[in-house]
Amino acid sequence: MTKRILSIVLIFSLSLHIATAQKIKGSDTCLPLVQKEAEAFKKKFPTSSITITGGGSGVGIAALMDGSCDLSMSSRKLKMDEKLKLQDAGKSYKEVIMANDALSVIVNPANKVTQLTRVQIEGIYTGKIKNWKEVGGDDLAIVVYSRESSSGTYEFFKEKVLMNKNYASTCLNMPATGAIVQSVSQTKGAIGYVGLAYMEGDVKAIAISFDGKTFVKPSMETAINKTYPIVRPLFFYYNVTKEKTVKPFIDYILSAEGQAIVKQIGYVPLAAK
Amino acid sequence: MKKIISYIINRIITALLYISGSITSIIVILIVIFLFSEGAGMFGQEPTEKGFILAVNKTNKVSHLSAEQTKLIFDGEITNWQKVGGKNDSIILFRMDNITDYFTEEQIGENFEHLPACISKVVDSIPGIIAFVGKTYTDKNFAGKELKVDKLTVRDFLFGQLWFPTAHPVAVFGALPLLLGTFWVSIFAILFALPLGLATAIYIAEVANPVVRNILKPVIELLAGIPSVVYGFFGLVVVVPFIQSVFNLPVGETAFAGSIILGIMALPTIITISEDAIRTTPRSMKEASLALGANHWQTIFRVILPYSSSGITAGAILGIGRAIGETMAVLMVTGNAAVMPHTLLEPVRTIPATIAAELGEAPQGGLHYESLFILGCVLFLITMLVNLAVEFISRRNKRVAS
Repeated sequence: MTKRILSIVLIFSLSLHIATAQKIKGSDTCLPLVQKEAEAFKKKFPTSSITITGGGSGVGIAALMDGSCDLSMSSRKLKMDEKLKLQDAGKSYKEVIMANDALSVIVNPANKVTQLTRVQIEGIYTGKIKNWKEVGGDDLAIVVYSRESSSGTYEFFKEKVLMNKNYASTCLNMPATGAIVQSVSQTKGAIGYVGLAYMEGDVKAIAISFDGKTFVKPSMETAINKTYPIVRPLFFYYNVTKEKTVKPFIDYILSAEGQAIVKQIGYVPLAAK
Repeated sequence: MKKIISYIINRIITALLYISGSITSIIVILIVIFLFSEGAGMFGQEPTEKGFILAVNKTNKVSHLSAEQTKLIFDGEITNWQKVGGKNDSIILFRMDNITDYFTEEQIGENFEHLPACISKVVDSIPGIIAFVGKTYTDKNFAGKELKVDKLTVRDFLFGQLWFPTAHPVAVFGALPLLLGTFWVSIFAILFALPLGLATAIYIAEVANPVVRNILKPVIELLAGIPSVVYGFFGLVVVVPFIQSVFNLPVGETAFAGSIILGIMALPTIITISEDAIRTTPRSMKEASLALGANHWQTIFRVILPYSSSGITAGAILGIGRAIGETMAVLMVTGNAAVMPHTLLEPVRTIPATIAAELGEAPQGGLHYESLFILGCVLFLITMLVNLAVEFISRRNKRVAS
């Protein structure tokens, strides 16, 4: 008897799964945010089922191509290569911006320097400026920390701040944002970049200027009102045929309630329309 | 009846053992085939981003560039065509986004319908231009000349000194810094671990009293059980700041930090295998030496060590193998800057760290992806050589013993 009840329950729950399940895959930057959103979404709609896995933007987009996920998270725009492949596979996709992420440039708290222009940062990251005294600090060698070349953060920083120039090969590539914070906090001459959400502990954020005149410190306010220049969008990509499955969840994230969670996690909410 | 049942059971067990053995070998072979087939497509391709071409003015003499030259041009390091074999004219960079500097949005058209013509005009009018444009925007009437980028070769891959797999517009795959970085870290790890490991093995096998031995052995074996990420974390938080302050360096994430951590990780392998080798020295040999009047130390150095030397070598080589393939700990403490190593106190980047760090976001099936598989093949060949060396040495050991 119990066996029969069990199997009925099993079949019932399975069929429920099929009805509303969606699989989300992709960027590790988006992962904590989307997980939190999914938890809140599940509380509101208890019948829904969402599976989220990370792995990186590239992994998510590859999964979208072979259909093993419904929604892919990405911290960068699709590359031309990937667009062409999606086109070859005959899949038309849609892009949605779910939130923004601001990058802050951090240094050791012992460092005298409080502000840098974009050109100076470019000089530092391309290896042309090697000592802090060239940008108004102490006579100290600059140790440049960067993310791994595979991360969306790396690409974004390169595009926006280095104006598509390549990083110097002497940059130290760290596997994770936490490692950059750790290293910068224990290295006197260090400079690094991390997401606004990770700004904590023993590191100092630098005020940045793109025009050379007005310097802006990174904060939630300056990122929302776009006075802080290094802000990047976080994307969802999905197959148009799957729109029905994924739309409720996307709409939830874009709603005021969803955007409040964005802020709570430490990312930058989209400006209210 | 009983006989028949036990016969059947025997046959079943034999079959199961046979199946599991063959499944294991097939899996190993499939992994190797997969590794090589995924990476095989890399060579002979142009490293330009797919869907894009490099174009220059028709009057430009330069017809092809190497990947490194292209990278230097787009980084603003090479600013004159003379340096790459052209005439004396400054290089002007052009990317798709720059089109608005030359034409208004109305001229380009609402749906970019005039974009090909606009690009063509720009390339035609500026003699020093190098344009990085989408293939779809260059039609039959395109006035520029397509610039060929040298195809990837095995030689460039193994001896190139720049590793910029995600560089735009042309990726540069020079794995020499990674290869040297791997060897550099492993060699110094073994130089550090071998004397220490050997001394410990001799101590445990010959000198220590049974109580100490019974405590030391499990502790050392425990070292092998600690996850590598824990070693990495320990390295990042303890070893790295320590090295930085001792050598007064600007940065503590160095090859030296990696060597120390890898040395510690290789210790259990070296100690266990060497100790086993030392213990296999026949009692009769030791007693003969002592009976001839040699003391304990003379016996160790003149009889036991020479007798077990091939076992010790095998232990050392297996330790090297462990060090070469180690990923996570190295990823966390060596800084991962892809530069040619000159001293121990500089950041380096190893092959396993590169694969682990980059594979996640490399577009599947793309050039970058394939290059990481080629790196995997290189690593596989290195560790295979190491294992063959162990095989060779232990075989020699057996011959000597018999």
